[in-house]
Amino acid sequence: MATQHSRTAARIMMAPAVTLLLGWMLVPLIMTLYFSFKKYLPLRGGDLGWVGFDNYVRFVSSSAFWPSVTATLIIVGGVLLITICFGVLLAILLDQPMWGQGIVRILIIAPFFVMPTVSSLVWKNMFMDPNYGLLSYLWEFFGAEPIQWMSQAALPSIIIIVSWQWLPFATLILLTAIQSLDSEQLEASEMDGASTLRRFWHIILPHLSRAITVVLLIQTIFLLSIFAEIFVTTGGAFGSKTLSYLIFQRVLESQNVGLGSAGGVYAIILANIVAIFLMRIVGKNLDN
Amino acid sequence: MSMKNVLGAASAVAMLAATAASAETITIATVNNGDMIRMQGYTDQFTAATGIDVEWVTLEENVLRQRVTTDITTKGGQFDIMTIGMYETPIWGANGWLVPLDNMSAEYNVGDILPAMAGGLSHDGTLYAAPFYGESSMIMYRTDLMEKAGLEMPDAPSWSFVAKAARAMTDRENDINGICLRGKAGWGEGGAFITAMSNSFGARWFDEEWNAQFDTREWSDTLNFFVNMMSDSGPAGYATNGFNENLSLFQQGKCGMWIDATVAASFVTNPNDSTVADKVGFALAPDNGMGVRSNWLWAWALAIPAGTQKADAAKQFIEWSTSNEYIELVAANEGWANVPPGARTSLYENPNYKDVPFAQMTLDSILSADPNNSTVDPSPYVGIQFAAIPEFAGIATEVSQEFSAVYAGQQSVEDALAKAQAITNDAMEAAGYR
Amino acid sequence: MARAVSSRRKSINTALAWGIGLIIFFPILWTILTSFKTEGQAIADPPVFLFFDWTLENYSIVQDRSDYMRYLWNSVIIAGGSTLLGIIIAVPAAWSMAFVPSKRTKDILMWMLSTKMLPAVGVLYPIYLLFIKLGLLDSLFGLVIVLMLINLPIIIWMLYTYFKEIPGEILEAARMDGASLKSEILYVLTPMAIPGIASTILLNVILAWNEAFWTLNLTAAKAGPLTAFIASYSSPEGLFYAKLSAASTMAIAPILILGWFSQKQLVRGLTFGAVK
Repeated sequence: MATQHSRTAARIMMAPAVTLLLGWMLVPLIMTLYFSFKKYLPLRGGDLGWVGFDNYVRFVSSSAFWPSVTATLIIVGGVLLITICFGVLLAILLDQPMWGQGIVRILIIAPFFVMPTVSSLVWKNMFMDPNYGLLSYLWEFFGAEPIQWMSQAALPSIIIIVSWQWLPFATLILLTAIQSLDSEQLEASEMDGASTLRRFWHIILPHLSRAITVVLLIQTIFLLSIFAEIFVTTGGAFGSKTLSYLIFQRVLESQNVGLGSAGGVYAIILANIVAIFLMRIVGKNLDN
Repeated sequence: MSMKNVLGAASAVAMLAATAASAETITIATVNNGDMIRMQGYTDQFTAATGIDVEWVTLEENVLRQRVTTDITTKGGQFDIMTIGMYETPIWGANGWLVPLDNMSAEYNVGDILPAMAGGLSHDGTLYAAPFYGESSMIMYRTDLMEKAGLEMPDAPSWSFVAKAARAMTDRENDINGICLRGKAGWGEGGAFITAMSNSFGARWFDEEWNAQFDTREWSDTLNFFVNMMSDSGPAGYATNGFNENLSLFQQGKCGMWIDATVAASFVTNPNDSTVADKVGFALAPDNGMGVRSNWLWAWALAIPAGTQKADAAKQFIEWSTSNEYIELVAANEGWANVPPGARTSLYENPNYKDVPFAQMTLDSILSADPNNSTVDPSPYVGIQFAAIPEFAGIATEVSQEFSAVYAGQQSVEDALAKAQAITNDAMEAAGYR
Repeated sequence: MARAVSSRRKSINTALAWGIGLIIFFPILWTILTSFKTEGQAIADPPVFLFFDWTLENYSIVQDRSDYMRYLWNSVIIAGGSTLLGIIIAVPAAWSMAFVPSKRTKDILMWMLSTKMLPAVGVLYPIYLLFIKLGLLDSLFGLVIVLMLINLPIIIWMLYTYFKEIPGEILEAARMDGASLKSEILYVLTPMAIPGIASTILLNVILAWNEAFWTLNLTAAKAGPLTAFIASYSSPEGLFYAKLSAASTMAIAPILILGWFSQKQLVRGLTFGAVK
């Protein structure tokens, strides 16, 4: 269908975007690779020479490395699970006839507009603070011992905050998908006397698989690199240090750019493993 | 209150654009502490006197550190003055990254800066940053609760007395904790407190060969003592309490004692913010009979990064903001209790300031702190609640995270110390000390 | 044919949805309410909800301390500029991918998305050094470029999925009529794609507005947007909930209002090709 002429035109039109992104990927990547083989300590005079794979070995052998990978996966997995499960339920609910649907949608969409720093500050101080937080009043009101959110439940707290931010996004995409579902098909099944659960399982969920895939993909991309939420809340304490936070600690707190850069390379590798994993499982879903 | 301010913002932008074009403008990075915010309010007077405009970049402490460190190490040149502490100054000065403050004007009277502060902000005898305010740490306690417990606070108490008093003052029914201390992770938060405390227990970070010392009995004694005292008489969830959290607890009357920065004294005695303003007493930070007290020494200071084109204007600003005239300006407008403390000798000789209830104890605390001789056994580093080496901030943050996990009941003292030992030795190896 | 629903069920749906909606919205509402309290009321035990002495004091303190309008203006320029620039670069690219696909199109798209996975903290030093060399530190232009690059993959992907839904026959018909490539894009494709482009713009304005790592680390006094404004109100000395709330409200209000007004457009195109 496409002529030679339009192929050439297409190449030309893709060129700016591809070139820019290639530059944006390659320049930092090459510099990161370069630093990762160096002993580079800004506070000790900067470049102290080549050290081979020392930084790579040191980064992985640190006791903080594997826990940070685990924490990253727990946060990403936890947020995905919560946002997708609640997103599906909320989308189904919002698809039902009701009064004031527009306003409810506005209420639910709102957290997506709040900057991560602000939402972390608000949650940490005004809700999860053990002394003045609203949640501790709530717990006390029901006669329970208030939870020390940031210390006793650091990972769950971060997962709650991040899920709150991303739930609107998941809900919206899933809602649009549900709305495109053929209502006659649903009604037919209703006539057949299929139970609500069966309908959900055999009609709605398969229909949503594509949308769930999209949510999974986009959120993973953003969640792998969350930083502000941890910086503001726990500062990486109580087992909440993710891989990107560990890199931050190496580069900025310890001022060891070489070591941090090696960590950056690991993070890129991890991201690509996750990406390939996602493509394999999920990519098919996008193709059909 | 004043809606005019909110609405008048647009005209402020216009005014700013108009003045910026005419005069020299310096950019200052600073921390969002009360004294600095107050200083921003008086900047107009500096501009009026000198014609130099000032642009402020005010950031929360952690963000500020990250921001100025990146800029100074890469020679980014974004700031003409940076607000830094006693930890950064000697390291940066040694690297030649700061403009020496050696030819200050005669009126400025460099000799008036408290020797302990000048010493901590110098490298090889050259001053690299001028203290805006300085602090040590001391005990602030509730006189009424102490009386109720039937105890009397000595001027220089020991840790065993403090622990006893803390247990006696604790009243869980009425939500009163005998003692509030920092447990929050971070080298400048809980890390600073436990390090200063460990000094009085005879512990140190490194021996003279830079070997980590967390496997010693002194450290285990320190941490065990702290954890036992806090679980008996500290607030719930102290593992996330830093300076600010403890300040509001104390101001709300929920603490019997609080050992923290001397600058907090003006906040807890200020009747506008504090419900216990008239019931606060002061004492030196405790010791353990080993000749070293557990107080620290710190200053927030202004420094000029080398390479700025505006070093002269920057120096003018530093001379203005850390001068006696500035102190008098604040005193005239806000009272003597609110002037930036701990920087100048003459302040403590000023008869007006002697009436301030915490003045003497602040001075005594500052004078009893010696960064060059902070540990019982000899150590290779300078600094009390820190070791002034570039690697310390990173290491101590990680170590204090392990300690905070102990405070939260997530691991044992032994495990935390073992991890701290490994983290520290590993990082020191990476930096080439060992 | 509309589904017949009993009003009882409609009532239950309404109550449930409103309840959940209010819970989700509550943190924002609480922040806004707290911004009108005094610091003492902000931590009152038990918490006060509506019946307190409403005050604008916090807003005036915040405005006195930092020039809100300047931060706001920088945010507008950075978010708007980076999005527009991104759209200009992305439309042709997305067009080629959608209408002249090759075997590698999918791979290129996935590669573009994968550039977003590079952890920002890991490349702070390289980028900072680069910015010094290029003289871009603390400049709006530099931030516009960086945020454009960060969001470009998302923009391209959104547009691509949107363009793909446009039937190719229409374009071919235009081509038969002798329309040039330029007019094909400008007069045939773009009008049809307006809803998709609009929602792409909106999503990216939101993403750029809320980006808090580069905007904080690459700015000083001149180019700092609202994320830098917020960084001076988190955890100072003393009580700060009310002031923090006021600053937070000021930082999120513009984008929240924009989002609410345009949520229909946003939602319409926010499918990423998920709807067949």
